[in-house]
Amino acid sequence: MRQGKIIRVAGPLVVAAECLGAKMYDMVRVGHLGLIGEIIELNNDRAYIQVYEDTTGVGPGEPVVLTEKPLSVELGPGILGSIYDGIQRPLDVIRARHGDFVSRGIEVPALDRERRWPFEPVKKVGDRVLAGDIIGYVQETPLIQHRIMTPENGDGEIIEIKEGEFQVEEVVCRIKKDSGEIKELNLFQVWPVRKQRPVKERLMPFEPLITGQRILDTLFPLAKGGTACVPGPFGSGKTVVQHQLAKWSDAQIIVYVACGERGNEVADLLLSFPELKDPNTGRPLLERTVIIANTSNMPVAAREASIYTGMTIAEYFRDMGYSVALMADSSSRWAEALREIGGRMEEMPGDEGYPAYLASRLAEFYERAGKVVCSGSEERIGALSVIGAVSPPGGDLSDPVVQATLKVVKVFWALDDRLANMRHFPAINWLQSYSLYRDSLKKYLAEKVAEDFVELSQEAMKLLELEAELQEIARLIGLESLSYKERLILETARSIREDFLHQNAFHPQDTYTSMRKQYLMLRTILHFHHRANEALEAGKEFNDIISLEVRDRISKMKYLPEEEETLLQVEKEVDASFKTL
Amino acid sequence: MHKEYLTVSNIVGPLVIVEKIADVKYNELVEIEDSRGRLRRGTVLEVSTDQAVVQVFEGTVGLDIDKSRVRFLGRSQQLPVSEEIIGRVFDGSGRPRDNGPQIIARKRLDINGSPINPDARDYPSEFIQTGISSIDGMNPLVRGQKLPIFSGSGLPHPRIAAQIARQAKVLGKEEKFAVVFAAMGITFEEANFFIEDFRNTGALERAVLFLNLANEPAIERIATPRLALTCAEYLAFELDMHVLVILVDMTFYAEALREISAARKEIPGRRGYPGYLYTDLATMYERAGRIKGKKGSITMIPILTMPEDDKTHPIPDLTGYITEGQVILSRELHRKGIYPPIDVLPSLSRLKDKGIGAGKTREDHADVLNQLFACYARGKEARELALILGEAALSDLDRLYLKFADLFETEFVRQGEFEARTIEQTIELGWKLMRQLPKKELKRIRPEYLEKYYSPA
Ligand SMILES: Nc1ncnc2c1ncn2[C@@H]1O[C@H](COP(=O)(O)OP(=O)(O)O)[C@@H](O)[C@H]1O
Ligand SMILES: [Mg+2]
Repeated sequence: MRQGKIIRVAGPLVVAAECLGAKMYDMVRVGHLGLIGEIIELNNDRAYIQVYEDTTGVGPGEPVVLTEKPLSVELGPGILGSIYDGIQRPLDVIRARHGDFVSRGIEVPALDRERRWPFEPVKKVGDRVLAGDIIGYVQETPLIQHRIMTPENGDGEIIEIKEGEFQVEEVVCRIKKDSGEIKELNLFQVWPVRKQRPVKERLMPFEPLITGQRILDTLFPLAKGGTACVPGPFGSGKTVVQHQLAKWSDAQIIVYVACGERGNEVADLLLSFPELKDPNTGRPLLERTVIIANTSNMPVAAREASIYTGMTIAEYFRDMGYSVALMADSSSRWAEALREIGGRMEEMPGDEGYPAYLASRLAEFYERAGKVVCSGSEERIGALSVIGAVSPPGGDLSDPVVQATLKVVKVFWALDDRLANMRHFPAINWLQSYSLYRDSLKKYLAEKVAEDFVELSQEAMKLLELEAELQEIARLIGLESLSYKERLILETARSIREDFLHQNAFHPQDTYTSMRKQYLMLRTILHFHHRANEALEAGKEFNDIISLEVRDRISKMKYLPEEEETLLQVEKEVDASFKTL
Repeated sequence: MHKEYLTVSNIVGPLVIVEKIADVKYNELVEIEDSRGRLRRGTVLEVSTDQAVVQVFEGTVGLDIDKSRVRFLGRSQQLPVSEEIIGRVFDGSGRPRDNGPQIIARKRLDINGSPINPDARDYPSEFIQTGISSIDGMNPLVRGQKLPIFSGSGLPHPRIAAQIARQAKVLGKEEKFAVVFAAMGITFEEANFFIEDFRNTGALERAVLFLNLANEPAIERIATPRLALTCAEYLAFELDMHVLVILVDMTFYAEALREISAARKEIPGRRGYPGYLYTDLATMYERAGRIKGKKGSITMIPILTMPEDDKTHPIPDLTGYITEGQVILSRELHRKGIYPPIDVLPSLSRLKDKGIGAGKTREDHADVLNQLFACYARGKEARELALILGEAALSDLDRLYLKFADLFETEFVRQGEFEARTIEQTIELGWKLMRQLPKKELKRIRPEYLEKYYSPA
């Protein structure tokens, strides 16, 4: 293979000469250790290379081997349940071979070459296929069927297709293209991470991604195929939100990218996923999950690549027609990696030292989300939802990464330090946050949850807004200045906040709430509010109303099991208790 | 022998530029001999075909351009280790400063370490009782956690850290443990306070100290915590010990890093700190933890002083983004004469959830903790309101909350420097305070625990 020669090493950036003919984003092997790197700039015969491993001990004069292939991922059976580093090296295999600490220059294929998978064809000899068509299945995990698709340029006529147990590299199908060329398909494809996978058509999202998190589903819903961001200072709950979505959201496939954050958070996922069961099938959640872990102490350039590795894997499962959700925690660490490499290349910095192309890269990334008609001749619909955590310095939302993200995503879950300090979790500020999907999801929610669901959620929102105004008045001139009706609004808003929005991720019952239960909880709280208003109008004592024992019952609804009767009972008790006034 | 270069072309701050070099590697250890024969050490920060940028640990005072001799040692900086390291005191570059002999190396370890494979991590879940209620009750520490103290100048963080080191224990266990202490840029008096405290409790014999004091070279501070952590990894993962690492003061460490960055004319990030400060800190903080199948552990308490008590300053901010929570000290509580002045609301322990509960601390611990947070937060809100409108403007309930907040500070948070409360005592104290409030206010507590614990025994 062709070789260049190193002329400069500055941390994760290596510059090599004699690289004429190399292409942008090609992979290279750097130095005697054969470290993995990627070309990120070309200048005459010089290649600027970001290296995915620590460059200690590498120096000028050492060779750079040009692989002449772009940084790519392997897409095939064996991905689910895996934990990969930022460039799709399987960390469990690396550990088994090289020990507890990650060493350098390790080459391990992403997909197990030995393992045999049962392949069941759905096409037969003589069938014509288009790129993206499903030729057969591998039951990858009890939860997920891996659909083997024809790759790009895979149009043609099937001249051979096999059935049985195969290793990923074995040929299972041969296609004769119109040009006469024969294409051999095995069980996996290779795809460059920085290139978006094609789709036939993009659709508008209309179906919510149900998360079981009350403030999200009821007030600020995300659509399947939509985009959301969760910015907030440290300790405000970004990671817990992301973990909750990975655990409970009703996507079929989860791609979790731990990008430049804590090792123990990854350990937490690895520990809890095998134990958590999918509510619909009872299977361990790990069977639908892929984890990409490039923690903060792992090489910074691989952190930059990690979100693309995750995104490409997510697109691949979307192409099979699945609903996929990708979480990136945290996109700020990705941006910082970009900044660090940019800084070493002595580029002109933009805002806060970030490269000028920060915003366009972010937009490109989030644009890979969407609800789509997948390529191929079958009308498969897939969805890819993307949720990015953002970690602005000091929690300051004027941070360039936050600002650039807000320009592209449609849902904003604003985490609030003050709420987190009070241990009001999820610490999502209900006045600042928004979802631009509220309108497009309306119809679905009315049909599938309840006719008046959207109205109830709007009323709750209204009360919370009123609360903020009334609190301001109370702060200035005292609670006494408010009318009883206004004070009732304060009481109800408090109940919405504490009894509904507050949700403990670590409480076995509270951690997940179905849409039906969310609806009944909110309906009960607002029912109390309406009855209380009537009672006030009928001349009842304010203090008697707010001291009703049933309020205690409402506040404990979150801990009640998901049983229709039990939940409806509380509403009946509300009516009964007003009769006692 | 290593080739010697007399080709220094530039000396800028802590950096030396060497020309006409051959076969130099990134991050390689360098030895520089000045005109009087004195040796200094450094590392290669950047290297190109004909030039190397070297950062000199001891600083460049007294170095000259024409007579300095530079040797590249062909390896990165290492720490010699063996069992004998326990009980020893080193300087910030790892040389003995206790008049003891050099360590006869059983192994030489690269001080930069390697990242722990995330798949090898064991999730920390063993509760450490520090005897301090505001930590154990509210922000519990577990073995393998990294929990920094965010302090301010003049606040009693040394006393608190020493109290933790003195009292910390895992309930029901007697195991091999060690303390590794790294001082970066603190005064002799402050360092001596720790040493005396370790001596008085007998911990000194099981401690390893790395000291770079205020009057010692600032650039050396870049290596000091790494030496300490390399030592800790050896003790924890090769000798099966439970190691508590105290790093003080990370602010001075970060300032040294800033100095180098400025000398390299790098594009500065916030407040002049380099953009890679996060990554740099992470490569140290993430060395804490537990590893599957290994007996030992590294628990880390980095201490830093927040410039102007500002939690959003880059050093505490980036630290908080990496560590598993933080213990924040409050000047206001300190002024009120409350020791330890731990501000529990912005403090946090991220690893508490798997470390507490039945069989670990007590079944009701998580609920009590959540409830105490909520009540104290509401009490502090009431206190603010009373400041504006007068206490008379508060509702009866808010007055109760206000009283709760006062008691919480004076009875729960405040305790003696030598008072070690059991977790049982801490939780009971929490219940005693919560009984000031009507039962139905305690919404964060499961009904069965309310039944069981609300009425005094
Ligand atoms: N929904 C929640 N329920 C209970 N505790 C939570 C919740 N969200 C956050 N927390 C608490 O806050 C801590 C910090 O949350 P985390 O998501 O790690 O913050 P960030 O990622 O923003 O730094 C967690 O360790 C946990 O104790
Ligand atoms: Mg986080």
